[in-house]
Amino acid sequence: MSLSMTAMIDVADAQKTFTMHLQGGIELPVVRGVTFHVNPGECVVLSGPSGAGKSSILKMIFGNYRCDSGRIGIRHRGTVIDLATAEPRQILNVRRSTIGYVSQFLRAVPRVATVDVVAEPLIVNGMSRADAQARAGALLHRLNIPERLWQLPPATFSGGEQQRVNIARGFISDLPILLLDEPTASLDAANRAVVVELVAEKKRQGVAMVAIVHDDEIRHLIADRIVDVASFAAAA
Amino acid sequence: MVDQGSADLATLESDRPLLVAESLSKSFGRIAACRDVSFSLYPGEVLAIVGESGSGKSTLLQMLSGQLAPSAGHVSYRMRDGVTRDLTTLGEAERRFLFRTDWGFVHQDPAQGLRMAVSAGANVGERLMAVGWNHYGRIRDTASDWLTRVEIDVARIDDAPRTYSGGMRQRLQIARNLVTEPRLVFMDEPTGGLDVSVQARLLDLVRSLVAELHLAVIIVTHDLAVARLLSHRVMVMKGGRVIETGLTDQVLDDPREPYTQLLVSSILPP
Amino acid sequence: MNAPAYNFAYLDEQTKRMIRRAILKAIAIPGYQVPFASREMPMPYGWGTGGVQVTAAILGPQDVLKVIDQGSDDTTNAISIRKFFAKTAGVATTTATEEATVIQTRHRIPETALNENQVLVYQVPIPEPLRFLEPRETETRRMHALAEYGLMHVKLYEDIARFGHIATAYAYPVKVNARYVMDPSPTPKFDNPKMDNCAALQLFGAGREKRIYAIPPYTQVVSLDFEDHPFEPYRFNAPCALCGAENSYLDEIVTDDKGGRMFVCSDTDYCEGRQAAGHHGSLSAAPYKEKAGSHG
Repeated sequence: MSLSMTAMIDVADAQKTFTMHLQGGIELPVVRGVTFHVNPGECVVLSGPSGAGKSSILKMIFGNYRCDSGRIGIRHRGTVIDLATAEPRQILNVRRSTIGYVSQFLRAVPRVATVDVVAEPLIVNGMSRADAQARAGALLHRLNIPERLWQLPPATFSGGEQQRVNIARGFISDLPILLLDEPTASLDAANRAVVVELVAEKKRQGVAMVAIVHDDEIRHLIADRIVDVASFAAAA
Repeated sequence: MVDQGSADLATLESDRPLLVAESLSKSFGRIAACRDVSFSLYPGEVLAIVGESGSGKSTLLQMLSGQLAPSAGHVSYRMRDGVTRDLTTLGEAERRFLFRTDWGFVHQDPAQGLRMAVSAGANVGERLMAVGWNHYGRIRDTASDWLTRVEIDVARIDDAPRTYSGGMRQRLQIARNLVTEPRLVFMDEPTGGLDVSVQARLLDLVRSLVAELHLAVIIVTHDLAVARLLSHRVMVMKGGRVIETGLTDQVLDDPREPYTQLLVSSILPP
Repeated sequence: MNAPAYNFAYLDEQTKRMIRRAILKAIAIPGYQVPFASREMPMPYGWGTGGVQVTAAILGPQDVLKVIDQGSDDTTNAISIRKFFAKTAGVATTTATEEATVIQTRHRIPETALNENQVLVYQVPIPEPLRFLEPRETETRRMHALAEYGLMHVKLYEDIARFGHIATAYAYPVKVNARYVMDPSPTPKFDNPKMDNCAALQLFGAGREKRIYAIPPYTQVVSLDFEDHPFEPYRFNAPCALCGAENSYLDEIVTDDKGGRMFVCSDTDYCEGRQAAGHHGSLSAAPYKEKAGSHG
């Protein structure tokens, strides 16, 4: 794999093992030797069987999981930061202005209205509440979340609705890197198409994306490259 | 989730820590309550200190807020004029002034942080009067403003907190602390003793105020859910030592130490 | 008769020296409460022992002493203290304010303006203005030392919130020389302005609490208030019934059992002086003369 000077993500030989102290100290290797890069405007899809470590890799790129060794190079504001060794504050900075993460399940603060959940990343970056809510509304509208639900907290929504709120929050700001964990899993055909469209738009804006997608058709539509995670599976 | 972004400012301000603890230790006779704790806190950052009873977290909070002298180590704070001072070099007058203006301290029991026999308006206005505000109307307006912000009915402004419910008292305590726009707030189990729904409301309030006012907060709690909701970083304490530290989501999703794994696995699923 | 031989003004010289040192310290720190070793006096606590000790310490053979109690020279206490000093010090005594060099007072300041040759000695029950807000002596001392007077304003705030105005009518707290907050003793707030920039030396003695404090001549004394609720001395509705004075503090005197009452100057010397000079009020006759429908 050749190193591109302009790569947004550059993972080199990353490795992770879980040590389960409560189960007598069993070691569960997750991945090793993870190496790949992602360029701006590219969508790299991680493929592989369930349990192979795809979500874990995504979380390592986001800094949610810590690496035991290796390098997670992220292009942040023009310089490259290694998330594996960065200070907690730096990781927070990177998350705020560079990497967005759309998780598989919505984890929102309870009791916050949907439109505010979606608008929050913009408000935090300085946009006025009114403008942010307007943009949030537009995106929710595109994802077919009816306006009557916007003032309700998403906790009572269906799985599919929650996932669309999640996607809206992830896609609303202009972050140069997006990590997508099963973005279309609970969606019907119409909404899957919307997501595909959103991904395409982001590509045109030069956003680098890493996605986990099980649906072959969707994968075919959004992937520029496919990285098979099975090659990174740690020996049992 | 936690407002991840407020820790990031492009200004130089946030590149310098607000509070620095170096090798803090405290012994009471043979008992080592707190051992070798070090960390830096930046403006707008929320740090949770998590641990069970006897872990040393309350002792640590007392040292950090200048109420208890450490047996070893230092706590330094960057004052409003930009100069960083070791807390032990502050005179009593300076320390008390700091406590009333640039710092807040929210007690677990609101009765300890309020004057129970004095009206709510006077409770909120006291800090203002202590720094020289001399206009009754303005003091009262500011107090009313804050009562609204912490969701207390303004009609209760002349009632003493003796007549308030537990949740209202706690919110009043928060208003009383925030009225002088402190940069750092210490919280000692602020939701302890409150009903679950009342807790939830209080946490929402704290969360939004922290984001809005760019507060740095050190919050001691035994409740991991509170840590997850409010904090950017968490320090796990056991037996007086910090056994694990990192971003909240890192420590709670990817716990490394045996004790941390035990704590995380003990949370009852919702 | 074996009349006892008293040292001049009753106290021994060492005690006077101790009290004078405390007085000097008090003058050097206006409004600050100086502790002193209060002695057993031949009257119980609560009867002016602090004022008596201060007077005893400063009295000299050439002094002329006036003693008033609630403005009057002829109440039992005023008379007995005046006689006490006449006996133990042999000093001249007077009821005329202008003639006195030392004036000991309980709870009033004379209406006649004082001059630089006079000393006003106040009798003080509770010297600590913050006492009713903060019962701990350790804490109030710290508050004075650090000039932390927010609590005092809390009390004033509470008054306005509850009553619409500051409700304190006497012992109204003042700030002395822009530093210490002081209790002026239970004088009516009407008298507070007289303390400001006064030509005479003002000394305060609390015998039971064992504190002395002082306001040197021409010192700034400001009554605490809020910008939008400024201090206002009490205004009476009518002049003195005996001498017609409009700017003196009035006592209410019940004249009969049918609700009849009249208002006369509390400062008896001032009132008599005005009457002697020809001023008359609506009731210049003796108080027990009835007049239908008369109010003071």
